[in-house]
Parts: sequence; structure tokens; C-alpha cells
Amino acid sequence: MIDKIFPDTQAAVADLPDGATLLVGGFGGAGMPNELIDAVIARAPRDLTIVSNNAGNGTKGLAALLQAGLVRKVVCSFPRQVDSFVFDELYRSGKVELELVPQGNLVERIRAGGSGIGAFFTPTGYGTPIADGKETRVIDGRGYVLEYPIKADFALIKAYKGDRWGNLVFRKTARNFGPVMATAAKVTVAQVEEVVPLGSLDPETIVTPGAFVNRVVAVGLGAQ
Amino acid sequence: MTDTFTPWTRVEMAKLIARDIPDGAIVNIGIGMPELVADHLPTDKEILLQSENGILGMGPKPGANEVDMDLINAGKQPVTLLPGGAFFDHIMSFSLMRGGHLDIAVLGAFQVAENGDLANWATNDPNAIPAVGGAMDLAVGASNVFVMMELLTKKGESKLVQSCTYPLTGVGCVNRIYTDHAVFDVDSDGFVVRELAPGLSLDELTRRTGLTLRAA
Repeated sequence: MIDKIFPDTQAAVADLPDGATLLVGGFGGAGMPNELIDAVIARAPRDLTIVSNNAGNGTKGLAALLQAGLVRKVVCSFPRQVDSFVFDELYRSGKVELELVPQGNLVERIRAGGSGIGAFFTPTGYGTPIADGKETRVIDGRGYVLEYPIKADFALIKAYKGDRWGNLVFRKTARNFGPVMATAAKVTVAQVEEVVPLGSLDPETIVTPGAFVNRVVAVGLGAQ
Repeated sequence: MTDTFTPWTRVEMAKLIARDIPDGAIVNIGIGMPELVADHLPTDKEILLQSENGILGMGPKPGANEVDMDLINAGKQPVTLLPGGAFFDHIMSFSLMRGGHLDIAVLGAFQVAENGDLANWATNDPNAIPAVGGAMDLAVGASNVFVMMELLTKKGESKLVQSCTYPLTGVGCVNRIYTDHAVFDVDSDGFVVRELAPGLSLDELTRRTGLTLRAA
């Protein structure tokens, strides 16, 4: 019998080690697994590397994780936002390292990490400072940059509904990085609004099949 | 001779861009000034707006009672979905943007060079926190890159340049520039002036940019 349902968020991240690399879903606040991040903050592992599109908004979610001093490095495409004051302060004071990755390259590097690709040539960033020090190649007259995969110890994502096999469906633009991040971690944890009985998700609309998900935990209204 | 002319307002620039987007086009509107274009799309054309965070067929801002923070645009503002619209994940979204499926990207810019180089993500300010988002993907991926910007900086320097001094977003990628002074195409020989704001002469525009400009 397969049962990936965890009783609560604390249990779902209880073995997250110091120095771990975490893929954290979300685009701005949509799809941000705030409750899982709160559980990571409570566990307080040190020296984390966070891979996410942004570097936290306001004081919740990733911003709270940064504020707690648990993050050594952020890999993201767009840290600077109107409400990214937590990251801004840590970055300016040298307390957190930044690796800036164009958004499409970030997605593709995670995809490569999750699908067995060793590296890939992308046109994005060719001829810009992003390509400094990287291998380049001209293919059919167009310039490309060699980029390498991103893999992680944990992926923390937010989905809409999940079942005990780990099948997931998402809601509107909260889907964003969730499906690709689920593929690229040793342990993928999905927080869902509702755990539903096996067989009740329409197989034609399951976005992430259970093979990519290790743990499912209900939060908010759906939690027991 | 200095002509007195009336520069186009930002809304007028947005309307010029909206006028030039063909029926059926798939378009990505950048954050900032280009957002005005979305507010002025003609109703007699079906133009599909794509948003990098997984929307094709993005609709206007929602009413106060319809705000859903799971339905936002690239600027993280709440939006709506048109009937026929679709949601998808980031892999599909950037396949759309980078794989030749996006007809037009409308982007803001700090500088555009006469070879089509675009600089729109960073200045040379050492204290600024760098952020690039999807700009580099749009620059290389869209079939046509339209830039919307004022021609001159606050100091009066031309943002159209011989070669960019700011870090590049993309190489040779800009096709057209809509400014408050004029609309330009970029071809293999540099800038071509398509339209001038009322009362502006090509000579005066040439003087203000310090560039070699050709009439269309």
C-alpha cells in the first residue's frame, strides 16, 4: 500500500538537513508553500541554498525563512521587488549570496535536473554578463550558452489537491514552478488545500503524477 | 531652427503600439510602461496576451470582488482569464516564449543600440540589486521585440545609442522602438524613422539623438 500523506507540515520536513538545497515553488505569493516554509523555520536547519523565482515578498514565506537567518545562498531570477526588503537588507550586508539566473534558464536547469539531462545550450543570456565565464557555441548561426542542471535535496511546492499516491492538480497561476520542481529533488513535499480519495482526481487533468511526489500534507481548511 | 513639437503621451504611445499589433497575435506585455498597451487594445481584434507565469488569454484587471491572488500577472498584480484562456506551468510558458511561438514582446528599455542590442535589466549602479526575470528570454525568444520608452533620459541624453553602455539583455534583438518623439525600426543599417510626433522634423530628431537616422 502506498500512502504519502503526512499528518502535518512539521513531520513532512523533519529530516531536512543543514546545508540542504531547496527548490521552493511560487511566483510572488501565488504557489508559495508558506506553511511548509514555516515548518522549516521551526526546524531551523542552517546554511540552506534556496532556489526560487523570487527572494521573498513582505514578511511571510521565503522572506520569513531569510529573516530567520537560515539561508546562505539564493538562486533566483528576480530578487528585487517593491516588498523584498528582507532580502535586500541581507544582500546589502553580505549575509546572503545571490546567483542571478534568467527565468527561462532557471526553469530549464531545473527541468534538466529532473529529467536526466547533463547540460544544455540556451540562447537566453548570450552576449550578456550572465554568460561571462561560461562555454558558448554558435549553432545554425545563433549564439548559445551552456547551462548545467539544478538538483535539490528537497522541493517544497503548493498544489490544490492531492491523493495518497502523490498525484497533484494545481490552481490557476499558482501552478507555475510546482510541476518542474517536483521532478528535480530527492524529496518532493507538496502542501495541498485538500487530500482527496485515490481515484477521485480526473486522470486526464492530473498535472503532476505521483511518481514525482514523496510527501503530501494538507494545510488550512483541508487539514485534519 | 528648433521646432516646437508636442511629444506623444504614454497613452498615445500605447495606442500606437496597440494599432500595430495584428489580429490574432500572441503578445507578451512587459512590466512597467508597456502595461498601458494592455489597457488600449482594440476590441475589433483578438489579441492573445501571454503572461510568463502561465497564462495565455489574459484578461483585464478584476473587479474588487473578483480578486483571486492565485490569478496574477508577471507584475504580481491580480488579473482575469478570458473565455478560451488557459493556464500552464513554467516549462510550457517558457517553451512558448523561447520556442518561436510568441509573436511580439513589448518591453521597456534603458538603451537600444543601432544594431538592435537591448539593455533593460541593469544599470551600472554598483549598489543596485540585479534582477532579470524573463526579460532575457523574451529578448531572444519573441519573433518581434517592440520597445516602448521615452527617447531621452531625464538629463536629456538619447536612449537610442550607437552601442549600449549598460549591461545587455539581448544581442541584436530589437525590431521596433516606440518613443514619445518617433517610431523607429531597426534594420541591418541602423535606425529607420517610421513616424514622427506632430511638429517634429527628421533634422531635429537627428540633432536630439546625435545618430544617423534614415526616413522610411
